[in-house]
Amino acid sequence: MNTAFLQDALIYLATALVFVPVAKRLGLGSVLGYLIGGILIGPHFLGLIGGEGKDILHFAEFGVVMMLFLIGLELEPAHLWRMRRLILGTGVVQMGVTTLCFLGACLLLGFPWQAALASGLALSMSSTAIVLQTLKEKGLDRTQSGRSAFAVLLFQDVAVIPILAALPLLALYTAPVPAGASRTFLEGLPGWAQTVALLGTVGLVILGGRFVAVPFLRFIARLRLRELFTVSALFIVVATAYIMGRVGLSPALGTFLAGVVLANSEYRHELESDIEPFKGLLLGLFFIAVGASINFHLIVIRPLEILALVGGAVAIKFLALCLTGRVARMTFDQTLLFSVSLAQVGEFAFVLFSFMYQLHLLPAEWTDRMMGVTAISMTVTPLLLLVSERLILPRFGTRETEEKATDAVDLHPPVIIAGFGPFGSTVGRFLRANGVQATILDTDSDRVDLLRKMGFKVFYGDATRLDILQAAGADRARILIAAIGSPDINQELVEKVQRRFPHLTLMVRAQGRPDAYTLMDMGIRNIYRESLDTSVRLGVDALVKLGFRRYSATRAGQNFLKYDEAAMHRLAPHRHDESAYIFTTREQVELQERLLTHDREANPALNDHAWDSEVRADHPPDAGTGP
Amino acid sequence: MNRILILFAHPRFEKSRVNRALLQEAGRVPGVTLHDLYERYPDFNVDVEREKALLAAHEVIVWHHPFYMYGAPALLKQWIDLVLEYGWAHGPGGDFLKDKFVFNALTSGGARETYAADGFHRFSFEEFLTPFRQTAALCQMVDLPPFVVAGTYRLTEADLKIHATLYGDLLARLSRGDFRIEAVRRFAFLNDWLAEDAEGQRP
Repeated sequence: MNTAFLQDALIYLATALVFVPVAKRLGLGSVLGYLIGGILIGPHFLGLIGGEGKDILHFAEFGVVMMLFLIGLELEPAHLWRMRRLILGTGVVQMGVTTLCFLGACLLLGFPWQAALASGLALSMSSTAIVLQTLKEKGLDRTQSGRSAFAVLLFQDVAVIPILAALPLLALYTAPVPAGASRTFLEGLPGWAQTVALLGTVGLVILGGRFVAVPFLRFIARLRLRELFTVSALFIVVATAYIMGRVGLSPALGTFLAGVVLANSEYRHELESDIEPFKGLLLGLFFIAVGASINFHLIVIRPLEILALVGGAVAIKFLALCLTGRVARMTFDQTLLFSVSLAQVGEFAFVLFSFMYQLHLLPAEWTDRMMGVTAISMTVTPLLLLVSERLILPRFGTRETEEKATDAVDLHPPVIIAGFGPFGSTVGRFLRANGVQATILDTDSDRVDLLRKMGFKVFYGDATRLDILQAAGADRARILIAAIGSPDINQELVEKVQRRFPHLTLMVRAQGRPDAYTLMDMGIRNIYRESLDTSVRLGVDALVKLGFRRYSATRAGQNFLKYDEAAMHRLAPHRHDESAYIFTTREQVELQERLLTHDREANPALNDHAWDSEVRADHPPDAGTGP
Repeated sequence: MNRILILFAHPRFEKSRVNRALLQEAGRVPGVTLHDLYERYPDFNVDVEREKALLAAHEVIVWHHPFYMYGAPALLKQWIDLVLEYGWAHGPGGDFLKDKFVFNALTSGGARETYAADGFHRFSFEEFLTPFRQTAALCQMVDLPPFVVAGTYRLTEADLKIHATLYGDLLARLSRGDFRIEAVRRFAFLNDWLAEDAEGQRP
């Protein structure tokens, strides 16, 4: 193997390992750790990586691509629809105001109006990668400002599609694309045809996602080879990105679209957890590359100019965001948090600026400067957030870190049901009949398919995998119902959930008494033996068929259930008396014997003296009120 | 002909010889529907629509129950609370029970004379039954005096036979419409009305 490659890999990995923990310890957040690491190993300081930093940046942009795929996966069209007012409202205000301000500023700098408009649009973008990562790390993603920030970012991410489509139209009025310079399929085409082709490709991704990707994943899932599913997930992302890149569109947008299309499919959580680690790695690499790509040469030559540009850009964005926050009726501190977090120029600006350069909308020296401004403003964001968090916000004392429990656009149902066989599906149906939504996880892809056709929110995924649980929203749900048919797998799930999600109320299906005892030993309180209630119900009906009054039989059944639960708890400590920890057949027989003895001694039906006239008969008859 | 609906509520019917005898007799009367609430709704989950349909199909309603702790067993109260809906049985538009007859048929361990101001139970049956009477009035029903079999512990088989026959006669007369409300209402118990009528007819 090429040792140069290994050396590079070593440098990046070591950088992450050194700087991220330090930054995290200092409370700076991982993003700043990567960025600082990147700056230090970059060509202007240690020089561990040189000119290839730009290539790495291009490569690592794929992390952004994956992140957008994941964001898309998080957003079912229905959720998007529910958030439409927030997204449109804040998004339009933010982009509109910011673009207008930058348009004015660029015109003042002497740009032609087309370039000014294009730059304004590009500069109005914020960094989804940095903001979401940082907010999530600080636990701010569920706050009002966090949600609004997400809405704005989403609007921007979607707005890039028409912007990219419209840029060639702007370019028509400046210089035509020189022939022979075309690398992509689109560049040779006239402006209007490019626009049509872009929209056509978007349509292709949507249709392909729905009618090709889902059946394909279903086929792969049936093979039950976990790594092959990961391969498929990566394949979908890479293929979408490639097609989009091929026609000259942003791969990130393509995968975002693919994500949204697949968000409705049963493989959502599985895809999410498969792509997540790759995204994390590549995004880290991306941040390092951003840090390394900052052109310190430019800063050294014209420090004041660059400083002024960065300061101006961030200030304009900040003020425009404050206005947006006011319009969205956020509280003062939420507005401040919202504005500071979105005040940088985002990674899409890289894409837009380089596209503008290709279209000759922007000269090389300005492209360089704009790229520099973008990278520096991204680096500054975590610092600004830190300053506002440590120095500014505490002065106002009203900082809300957490949202109230009532949450109109909560993406996560309060209940997760693991295992959707006959047992789990009955629970799910009952909950749904009472208006309670549940996220359902099951590993039988045929069943998942069928249930989804019946309108259940079922996802294909192994519930004992922590990442799948995470993706299913285990950290936000309130109840997890462990209804997997196999007691062993169910216990594995219970153990993991207890360890990793202690806040979840566990309600566990148990096969029989031995299984229930094991669960009791694990400290589970809500245990439901699958055969108990049904058997007793059958017993009650048998009594009725033998001539018992139905009400008396029902009461006897209810009492028996109560007694049986109590007996189980009473006998639990004795079950290991015989020394063996494992439940042997012998032990079970003995237990059964003990139970039967108990049943006779404490038969609840016999001890039930309710409404008894025989007892009454011993009393003076006039004292009683019953017959 | 009046159709009669007996809403029978007894959680331990299997141990009540008195009620067994009464119901046996009641079952023989034409036009009587016997509705055993505890058998039908052991889980107390009363089917309101079904009950309303039953009520609509009958002109005379009987709340037949043992007199437990000075009232009806829980399921009959549950039935009253659930079925006699606002807007159906009472309140605006609630006139579906208007002019139907209703009365309690009850069995009590204590003898009749113990239900008096100076007796062991300190109040009369009529006083204990006021919630039922007002419920009937609320639903614009015509409430009749109760049919009471008191002192059940001391009843001999012969006594039991007399009470059961009387209950059968009562239901038959109500079914035929062979009664005047004003006359019936003069008596504390329906038993008394039947007894006096029988006296009057004697030569």
